[in-house]
Amino acid sequence: MSLLRADPAGARAEGQRLMAALTGAGAQPVETPVLQPAEVLLDLYGEDIRARAYVTHDPLAGEMMLRPDFTVPVVQAHMAGGAEPARYCYMGRVFRKQEDPGAARASEYLQVGYELFDGTDRARADTEVFALIHGLLAPLGLRAAIGDIGILRAAVVGLPTTGTRKAALMRHLWRPQRFRALLERFAGRAPVPAERAVLLAALARGERPPSPAPHIGLRSQDEIAARLDRLAEDAAAAPLESGPVDALEAMLEIRAKAPQALSALRDSARAMPWIGDAVDGLAARLDSLADAGIDVAALDFEASYGRTSMEYYDGFVFGLYAEARSDLPPVASGGRYDALTAVLGQGGAIPAVGGVIRPELVVALKGGTPC
Amino acid sequence: MLKIGVPSKGRLMDQCFDWFAARGVTLRRTGSEREYAGAVDGLDGVALVMLSAGEIPRELAAGRIHLGVTGTDLVREKLAGWSAQVAELAPMGFGHADLIIAVPAAWVDVDTLDDLDAVAAAFRAEHGLRLRIATKYHRLVRDYLRRHGVADYQLVDSQGATEGTIRNLTAEAIADITSTGETLRANHLKILSAPPVLQSQATLFAARHADWSACRSAADALFARLGLSLPAGL
Repeated sequence: MSLLRADPAGARAEGQRLMAALTGAGAQPVETPVLQPAEVLLDLYGEDIRARAYVTHDPLAGEMMLRPDFTVPVVQAHMAGGAEPARYCYMGRVFRKQEDPGAARASEYLQVGYELFDGTDRARADTEVFALIHGLLAPLGLRAAIGDIGILRAAVVGLPTTGTRKAALMRHLWRPQRFRALLERFAGRAPVPAERAVLLAALARGERPPSPAPHIGLRSQDEIAARLDRLAEDAAAAPLESGPVDALEAMLEIRAKAPQALSALRDSARAMPWIGDAVDGLAARLDSLADAGIDVAALDFEASYGRTSMEYYDGFVFGLYAEARSDLPPVASGGRYDALTAVLGQGGAIPAVGGVIRPELVVALKGGTPC
Repeated sequence: MLKIGVPSKGRLMDQCFDWFAARGVTLRRTGSEREYAGAVDGLDGVALVMLSAGEIPRELAAGRIHLGVTGTDLVREKLAGWSAQVAELAPMGFGHADLIIAVPAAWVDVDTLDDLDAVAAAFRAEHGLRLRIATKYHRLVRDYLRRHGVADYQLVDSQGATEGTIRNLTAEAIADITSTGETLRANHLKILSAPPVLQSQATLFAARHADWSACRSAADALFARLGLSLPAGL
């Protein structure tokens, strides 16, 4: 509980020590406003962010949020005028609502972060960020977990099925339950509800069901007709074959030390050859990490790592955990978010990877205080 | 003094009084018809507090009343981590209502949450805004849609006449309490075939953070009369 009672001066001093190390590594310190326009964050994260971020109202600027993370404003600042490659670091408070009175997690805490914008060599950039943060926290003996959302994306993109289905799966990559439900439906392995079967049968006969009520609302009759066409198309499309579906579902369950996980992924690539390049990318990253002195045999690889967080990661992801303190959130976390820069960049996109450290947790673990 | 908070007017108040009367506890209003004051007959050290049903969760959470009658919907909507703040003592068998999601009946392509999600994605692509769902139950609806993996929607606040928001082009769907569905049909809406967001009824709650020490004997007498036992930890 006590994260709230943790020594604030000590955390700030620890944060400054980390900042000094990051600037020493070539990062340029940046500041961002605490108040962020809600619209941008809502567009990115959807309504769920309201359950996580504090919303307030500005008389002129409208709905604002207390900064839930630095990534978005730092990306915006960089896209508005930064040169590439660029390295930034920052320190400041972030704010996250906590709804569970039992969990006793801090609703505001310090974050020190490092963001790298560099498209020349992704494996090298991933390694730079991970090795830097891993090295700074090495005295704490943390457990490192990694994952790769890029392999999941490649697995979906290559599926032998329609573009509509692939887009639906891609949209729900971060919602494992719905992703699984969609996959089972596209494989023809989920029961079709009775009323849907009736509708699909009518559509197959070329009929379009009449509306039982007057049309109301902004969603037009044309949009309804277009969706009926899509339903008919989807019903007519062949179900996804079991082979790739089973291979994908099995791949999502892979959890092992990185070298063993890599060979399990190579096995997956025999059933899904289209993930081969992405798996090669992981192999290159592990080589690069080993070259940087990281003991890759000690890294825990989880194929589904990073899928349930609200972040916008789409490639390499990582988290560092205090093993003896499973009650604590990760001490550090980060990953690659190329897609975020594409969304915020209005046409432009810059490969980007970054990570954050929570100084309060570092202090608590160093002091061995029962926090 | 042990304080019981009950809804201050209408059918909910009458049914609440009936429920207690059937268990040998007489609650009654005192003073004029318009005065929000009440009494408990035949039990020493028990006071009646007349409140708006919507305020009872907050009063329970603050520990200003020991017991309160309100809907499970209001407790779950208004109190974060509700079970750490109040204990559910007895469902009372009235005030039944389902919190449901409804869409225009003209949406012949939509039956399930799966459809709602697919439509939300297409709607956002077409109109450049996330599909709007009008409700006053923000927490419950957001948790429900997250659990079911629905994306690309937004909640817009509607404190009344929610069924009219779609016709008025301020929302595409609604999430609201319904008991019979009459109002929905009259407004050309249909309920999604999905489990309700919540099935609510009037329920007697105990406040976990109220000071029970000073009213222990009154509580014992009242709980004996009601045939209930005091939850552990109070």
